[in-house]
Amino acid sequence: MSKNKESLINQLTQKPWEPAQAKVDNLHEGKTFNLHVGKIGLRYIMVVSTIMFCLFIVTYGDRMVYDDWVRMPEPFLLWINTLLLVISSFVFIRIQLASKKNNFEKARRELFFIGILAVLFLIGQLLVWQDLVQAGYYVSGSPANGYFYVFTTLHGFHLLGGLVYWVMTINKVWKLENIIIRKAKHTIELCAIYWHFLLAVWIVLFGLMLFS
Amino acid sequence: MAADSYDDVAKNKDSIPELEVAPQDLYHAKSFWTKYIFCQDAKVIGIQYALTAAAIGMVGLVSSWLMRMQIAFPGVIPMDPAAYYQLVTMHGMIMVVYLLTALFLGGFGNYLIPLMVGARDMVFPYVNMISFWVFFLAVVILAASYFVPGGPTGAGWTLYPPQAITSGTPGGDGLGIVLMLVSLAVFVIGFTMGGLNYVITILQARTRGMTLMRLPLTVWGIFTATVLALFAFPALFVAGIMMTLDNMLGTSFFMPAIVEFGERLSYDGGSPILFQHLFWFFGHPEVYIVALPAFGIVSDLISVHARKNIFGYRMMVWAIVIIGALSFVVWAHHMYVAGMNPWFGFFFATTTLIIAIPTAIKVYNWVLTLWRGNIKLTIPMLFSIAFIITFVNGGLTGLFLGNVAVDVPLSDTYFVVAHFHMVMGIAPVLVILGSIYHWFPLITGRFLNEKLGRIHFWVTFIGSYSIYFPMHYLGFMGVTRRYFEVFEGDNFTYSITGINQFITVAALITGAAQFVFFYNIITSSKFGKKAGKNPWKACSLEWQTADVPPTHGNFGKELPVVYRWAYDYSVPGADQDYITQDTPPSDVANARAEQT
Amino acid sequence: MIVALLVILVTIGSVIFHMWSPWWWSEIASNWQGMDDTILLTFWITGAVFVAIGLFMAYCIWKYKYNKNNKADYEPENSKLEWALTILTTIGVIALLAPGLIVWNNFVTVPKGAYEIEVVGQQWYWMYRLPGKDGVLGTTDIKNINDDNPFGLNTDDPHSIDDVLIDADDLHLLKDQVVKLNLRALDVLHDFYVPQFRAKMDMVPGMITYYWFTPIKTGTFEILCAEYCGTGHYSMLGYVIVDEEEDYNEWLSEQMTFEEVLASNGKSDLIKLALNKKNDL
Ligand code: HEM
Ligand SMILES: [Cu+2]
Ligand SMILES: [Cu+2]
Repeated sequence: MSKNKESLINQLTQKPWEPAQAKVDNLHEGKTFNLHVGKIGLRYIMVVSTIMFCLFIVTYGDRMVYDDWVRMPEPFLLWINTLLLVISSFVFIRIQLASKKNNFEKARRELFFIGILAVLFLIGQLLVWQDLVQAGYYVSGSPANGYFYVFTTLHGFHLLGGLVYWVMTINKVWKLENIIIRKAKHTIELCAIYWHFLLAVWIVLFGLMLFS
Repeated sequence: MAADSYDDVAKNKDSIPELEVAPQDLYHAKSFWTKYIFCQDAKVIGIQYALTAAAIGMVGLVSSWLMRMQIAFPGVIPMDPAAYYQLVTMHGMIMVVYLLTALFLGGFGNYLIPLMVGARDMVFPYVNMISFWVFFLAVVILAASYFVPGGPTGAGWTLYPPQAITSGTPGGDGLGIVLMLVSLAVFVIGFTMGGLNYVITILQARTRGMTLMRLPLTVWGIFTATVLALFAFPALFVAGIMMTLDNMLGTSFFMPAIVEFGERLSYDGGSPILFQHLFWFFGHPEVYIVALPAFGIVSDLISVHARKNIFGYRMMVWAIVIIGALSFVVWAHHMYVAGMNPWFGFFFATTTLIIAIPTAIKVYNWVLTLWRGNIKLTIPMLFSIAFIITFVNGGLTGLFLGNVAVDVPLSDTYFVVAHFHMVMGIAPVLVILGSIYHWFPLITGRFLNEKLGRIHFWVTFIGSYSIYFPMHYLGFMGVTRRYFEVFEGDNFTYSITGINQFITVAALITGAAQFVFFYNIITSSKFGKKAGKNPWKACSLEWQTADVPPTHGNFGKELPVVYRWAYDYSVPGADQDYITQDTPPSDVANARAEQT
Repeated sequence: MIVALLVILVTIGSVIFHMWSPWWWSEIASNWQGMDDTILLTFWITGAVFVAIGLFMAYCIWKYKYNKNNKADYEPENSKLEWALTILTTIGVIALLAPGLIVWNNFVTVPKGAYEIEVVGQQWYWMYRLPGKDGVLGTTDIKNINDDNPFGLNTDDPHSIDDVLIDADDLHLLKDQVVKLNLRALDVLHDFYVPQFRAKMDMVPGMITYYWFTPIKTGTFEILCAEYCGTGHYSMLGYVIVDEEEDYNEWLSEQMTFEEVLASNGKSDLIKLALNKKNDL
């Protein structure tokens, strides 16, 4: 890993046709970042979904100022759901530590717990919807309602996607004797990052709805 | 890609040590299904993308004939206004999104990226395969909208609310608009998966010696376009979701209180302009998503066939990147007369005219590549020359429309139609055609028929220029676009009937010429002249594969190693007028580049 | 050779078409000469660039045609030339932009004392409203719209009762009077566009947009809707008739005020209410 120490600006101002530069370039290994593609892929996905949520938030701010905006109540259940996500993230930190120490038995056990928490969270969100609909807060009411349902749905879909990856992660540590340590560690790490990301997204969205 | 992200990562502590980086497992097809249908080889996926895009593109082409018939010879093909507006809408949407975007990024991107950067395949072949099938699903949903009651949406490709979802618009109160929005959302999802591959393959899977600045401009164009799409498509997605909710569940994100045909609808308080901002935040970069790959590809075509290095390679790269970045701060130039705060006009006119500068630099450098070249007038070169003329024309009329005060009289007239067809319709299509002539020998091992090719070129270029050049002048007269029927008003200085008929005839002939092309493709892929290896004597890696056409894994036993940039043409002192990228210095001892 | 000729033909042909084209804008009938001038300036600058690039390219194609014994130059870049071109382009761009922004500044700054007229667009026809004797347009609300009150005027606004309502596609204007058009749409987007006036602006439901101009010629000019508004978009036409004072007043005297419209519908209670408000003022 000799190369790649140069900043992007430096790279972009190279003159690739010059013999001196060619000598340097010939040693280049071809990678831009010293990172596994999986990790970059995950970042890519997080960037895209961050942009999507940001755009929603921009329109939210734009729409909020009109006078038909009626604030939604926050059912207490939402706080519990938030707590579930916080616990998941916390558990995932423990899983990451365990996998660093090659303690995959523990990691597997706690991964199950993650799955349970995620399903509980989704059920919790559905219950919140039910409450709100019963209380007369329909999607078509104030735009605040619309945003609430859109945000929770999209966040829920992200979590569902995460569960797919969670299945793959569990699969990697399913049979202790078959574990390929490198792959298991890698997958667990990606899964954990994604879970933390979902918590962050939720906190931003929830905070937004609380404080507006 | 921001500079700081690179720095971040270079210092990143959590990066995996080299040993832990998994070598890429190569995928192997096991049956007919995995070889041709659910294939994970990027080359096959590229061709699948291209064929699907071309198939739905035919619908777009035929729509344009029908529209032109209605404009010039009303009554010959019976049609009501609703049908006309459905044709306009589907034509526009298909051409921009499902044909050009899919063809450039899905088609050319998949086929060329791994070959040009020296990789065996994309980094996530499985995701890549899924990406195609999701795109296919989007096309199917789009096509399905022709068969629902009320037909496809006729909202215009811009889909502006409120009219997109009200009953005065074809498909507005039925399933047409719903399917359109769903199809777009699916397209965005599929595209995001594809883009994931293009970006990361270019960043991480290049072969030894392939620095960023040794990449061919084709790769730079596709790369930047994909990054733009990454930022732009979420806006379309968001707008689509919110509009679907307005339509299906009665929310009022974009819908203000309105009275439609005497009836008060239940919406209240939404902002139609907000939709336009979201749409054009996607829509303007979309123009460059189509244009940048064309810029990149045409640079390579010109360089190869003029036997000369591309002039000002660094400027070309910077221009692509700068244009890409600026394209996110010009979107509201589509909204000068849309009723937004008029003071935005100053800002957006300035940014828009600034973007003309890097664009002009690109044009100069293409022309300066021809200067003192050794120009082979092959068919790809002819198309490239035609591209330059068309693009210069369309780019210059962009200076009219971008200059806010000039846009006031011209917006929403045929001047706009002429401008955007020149710049993002015809120009990229010319590049696509040229590049098919260029890479066909690589894909099939055979040349396309030269005679038919020349006929195709002459008719296509002269035809399309005669369609769109006169159209500008209709715009000056004030002929408005999206008119089912333009009445000869007393405000026109001259009859528009004759010129419209001329344009229509030109359009029909130009369209028909494309069938010569399809015929050429079909027959030549079987009976064409054998091309052999590297028939154009090009430097870049895609021509240096072990087999022609390249087989699975692209490069035989060992990946190539790159020793030079992609443009070592006519190097002084070298025996031949090209040195391929993978030629080691020792093989070309007396070439100037190795002397110092 | 033939390709070089083609390039020349297309370049010169475009110029010739431009010079002899009978399709050109119709004579301007408003004060927006500045827009025409900017367009012409843009034509000169861009035309020169177009011709220069076309001819230079033709020259290159002819001069540097492939020859086995020749070799192309090896010149990766030429910073001086590239910077010179960049600077030249920048100057050209500034030359275009500056006048454009000046005209735009005029366009968005409505002169004081402009006569305000409301234009209402709906699928697929036009309506107009003049401020009446008090010179002020009454306020409106979309919720008030019904058959008796197609504009949705607020009856409790003292300014609305004398507004002149024109429920027809044609509008008369007084020559040389500065007008500000307040644009309103009831259902979807529309755009009030008269080619001879050059100006246009979308009408957006839920908000009021505007532009201003001065008609400088008498005559009849066709209105085209310039923003797609559904199936009938192409037939959303009308006329603006620019009159001298005498004709204009005659036309005006034939139009009904809101009060008269209400009276003819037997809504005298509403009129009374409104007049009371007016007297309170
Ligand atoms: C021979 C080729 C083509 C012909 C004859 C043609 C013709 C037309 C016509 C007649 C219209 C409708 C104009 C109106 O009524 O306002 C139109 C609109 C449009 N075309 Fe094309 N076109 C062609 C190729 C393309 C291509 C390659 C693109 C790709 C960018 C494209 C993009 C569009 C778009 C975006 C619209 C606007 C649709 C709308 O107003 O909603 N066209 N074209
Ligand atoms: Cu744009
Ligand atoms: Cu209209």
